[in-house]
Amino acid sequence: MFIPHTDADRESMLAAIGKKDLNELFDVVPEKYRFPKLNLQPGLTEPEVTFLLDEISSANLSLDHTACFTGAGAYHHYIPAAIDNLISRGDFYTAYTPYQPEISQGTLQAVYEYQSLMARLTGMEASNASHYDGATACAEAGILAYHQYHGKRKKILVSAGLHPHYLLTLKTYLQDFDGMQIECPKAASLDEINPQRLEEKIDTDTAVVLVQYPDFFGQIQDFSELAKAVHEKGSLLCVCINPIALGLLKTPGEMGADIVVGEGQPLGIPLSYGGPYLGIFTTRKELIRKVSGRIVGETVDNRGQRAYVLTLTAREQHIRREKATSNICSNQGLNALTAAIYLSLLGRNGLQAVAKLCYDKAHYTAKEISKIHGYRILNQRPFFHEFVVSCPQAPSDINQHLLDHGMIGGYDLSEEYPMLGNAMLIAVTEMINKEDIDDLCELLKEGEHHGRH
Amino acid sequence: MNIHPNYFYSKNDEWVSVEGNKATIGISDYAQDSLSDIVFVEISVSAGDSLAAEDNIGTIESVKAASDIYTPVAGTVTEINNKVIDSPELLNRDPFGEAWLIKLSSDTGFDTSHLMDADAYRKYCEDRG
Repeated sequence: MFIPHTDADRESMLAAIGKKDLNELFDVVPEKYRFPKLNLQPGLTEPEVTFLLDEISSANLSLDHTACFTGAGAYHHYIPAAIDNLISRGDFYTAYTPYQPEISQGTLQAVYEYQSLMARLTGMEASNASHYDGATACAEAGILAYHQYHGKRKKILVSAGLHPHYLLTLKTYLQDFDGMQIECPKAASLDEINPQRLEEKIDTDTAVVLVQYPDFFGQIQDFSELAKAVHEKGSLLCVCINPIALGLLKTPGEMGADIVVGEGQPLGIPLSYGGPYLGIFTTRKELIRKVSGRIVGETVDNRGQRAYVLTLTAREQHIRREKATSNICSNQGLNALTAAIYLSLLGRNGLQAVAKLCYDKAHYTAKEISKIHGYRILNQRPFFHEFVVSCPQAPSDINQHLLDHGMIGGYDLSEEYPMLGNAMLIAVTEMINKEDIDDLCELLKEGEHHGRH
Repeated sequence: MNIHPNYFYSKNDEWVSVEGNKATIGISDYAQDSLSDIVFVEISVSAGDSLAAEDNIGTIESVKAASDIYTPVAGTVTEINNKVIDSPELLNRDPFGEAWLIKLSSDTGFDTSHLMDADAYRKYCEDRG
């Protein structure tokens, strides 16, 4: 075993930070958790383990056979068969951009194609090679804004329509970050989540304004006027998107966004219990030197042939150390490749068709649910493939009833958003068919009867 | 290697030229040569900012590295050289002249006692090879 530090090294390091013993570093962990007694079974043979794991996994519900109305940031879309086939090629099958990158021209070209597609989809000029997921991409937007104003602007203004988990991640990344403050004005209703209310809060201390499109509750709003207001105060506008929705909607680039981030999972990446996903990050060209992570550029080699290189790496942590724009420079290479293949297979018309199917099915579902006694759609503004339903009983009870009948209901909003009452967020993708929707409505009607007993 | 005889130098290879209550700051010929082709200059302070000695004033990025620049003396920023931001290659061509970075003023003058004069700086550069 290679042990890099000698006892003398360790002692001098401990002395430097004023600790006597290595264990003192773990004082914050309660003692009873430090060396818990592990209740490990005796070893099993491979066939025994296979049998055991099969048995455990048979308790899972597979989305191949279960209608799912939960979205809230992760969506069940059809994944073309070609994707698995292509990404599992040995030449591509790595989670990272390689550390001797230019020798892997195929990988770099794939990243370059991904970047080009993301820039075009979001209407922006430049894209990085991706981040971990939508939440971390949001956090990196906050860090970019910090650097853009050299730490002189301390406020990040966040719309209440941003995914609550993204807000938490932003807070985690920026806690103790040179006094950066995150302000998220509370909303008492969906109606109060609008750009006009945010406009009032922008001041010259605001580094970036972060909005979501469509927002967490499915609402679609135009941020063109907001962009003007943000720019008047000299701040940046960051729009967090759903890439499928951009198959139908005006791009954030057209609205005047400076940064676009988003969760790339809907682009051919399986739900997989919540990850690994894909963080989309695109910007206007003039911000490119502040963008963290990797960027692949196209150039020509010494024979004049087209070639790909990692570019602008002088900002990265292996060169700039603690002065780097961010200390996360890895990306989701395999998932970025997946997104690129997905979009290439679908093409412009295919993406539009998927988006249209989602939109139409969601609107049919909303119309049918609104006919059921006790149920009401809270969305007053246009929505994409997700909407909020006010229910006559606790969403958790309704979801249990649906699950008992082999169906996954909506996302329960009642804990995070108590002001919405018994509210549930329902997502409908192209994977839901009319029978599923009719079954859902039947079950909701039945559930209502149960509630009256 | 060029060294301007009347300037003062920091260990980080910035120079400062002092004329009464005004000072001009830049990077040395040695610095531009070590960085090689400079492709990007960012000045992170603006006119009116009051600086302490060794405050960060920006970043210079070359094809090899990105380096932070610090002011060797304290003072109030009076001017930024936008020409060098627009044409970073000026730093490779004329680091002691046209490619100055910022100008400072100070009612109390400038303390250069912690800096090297041209002779000491020449030796400092030669020792580094």
